[in-house]
Amino acid sequence: MTLLLVALGAAIGAPLRYLTDRYVQARYGTGFPWGTLAVNAVGSLVLGFLLGQPLSPGLTALLGTGFCGALTTYSTFSWETLTFARRGEQATAVAYVLVSLLTGLGAASLGAITAQAL
Amino acid sequence: MDLDVDRRALAAVSAGGVLGALARYAIGAAWPHTSSEFPWSTWLINVSGCFLIGVLFTLLAHFRPGHRLTRLFLGTGLLGGYTTFSTAEVEVQHATPAIGLGYLAATITGALLAVWAGSTLAALGTRPRHEAPVDAR
Repeated sequence: MTLLLVALGAAIGAPLRYLTDRYVQARYGTGFPWGTLAVNAVGSLVLGFLLGQPLSPGLTALLGTGFCGALTTYSTFSWETLTFARRGEQATAVAYVLVSLLTGLGAASLGAITAQAL
Repeated sequence: MDLDVDRRALAAVSAGGVLGALARYAIGAAWPHTSSEFPWSTWLINVSGCFLIGVLFTLLAHFRPGHRLTRLFLGTGLLGGYTTFSTAEVEVQHATPAIGLGYLAATITGALLAVWAGSTLAALGTRPRHEAPVDAR
């Protein structure tokens, strides 16, 4: 049962990440990975919120492990950073890493604080 | 806005994402941790996923440059669903300050070294074995 819930969450989270990336690229171009940054921040916010709540193991599997886990990505983020570095855009690579980590941590904390306030 | 997204692309990303997330769940279940311990399972998942995406995207660019669905299934779907940014950030937040900082640094350092190593090794593997020296051509 838990496996099915993880699978269901991921079946929605992964294509939502892809669609977000496509949408952001169509609108803002391919210069900076705003799409990956956005899904990683939103996923961290939602997961921070969820884990700050009393949540059943089933919902944790569906929304946490499945949906948020598949919505966010470390592999694409690191590939994009490597691509900047190889193009000689070291400053952009460093900025992308710092902005991603700080936004993610801030979003996770904001989610947890919101969960406590409710 | 017309995104021109076809259903096969969505299906490839979704199917890959499911497989990746199940693999991540299995590793996490086999190797659990409490908030006072270093989250080794997530660290391993993210670092190995970054190594594999370095290998995959480098090999695909060389051997299958036009194979969009393979890239979407294995890269965006499987490895994107396998690795997780949100869990890593929340684990930093939930850990003790010392473990959290160490984990944050170990994850980003490990991930970037891994994607570079994977890509570099794959690029070595795609070189012809008996390449003529550039001057001799």
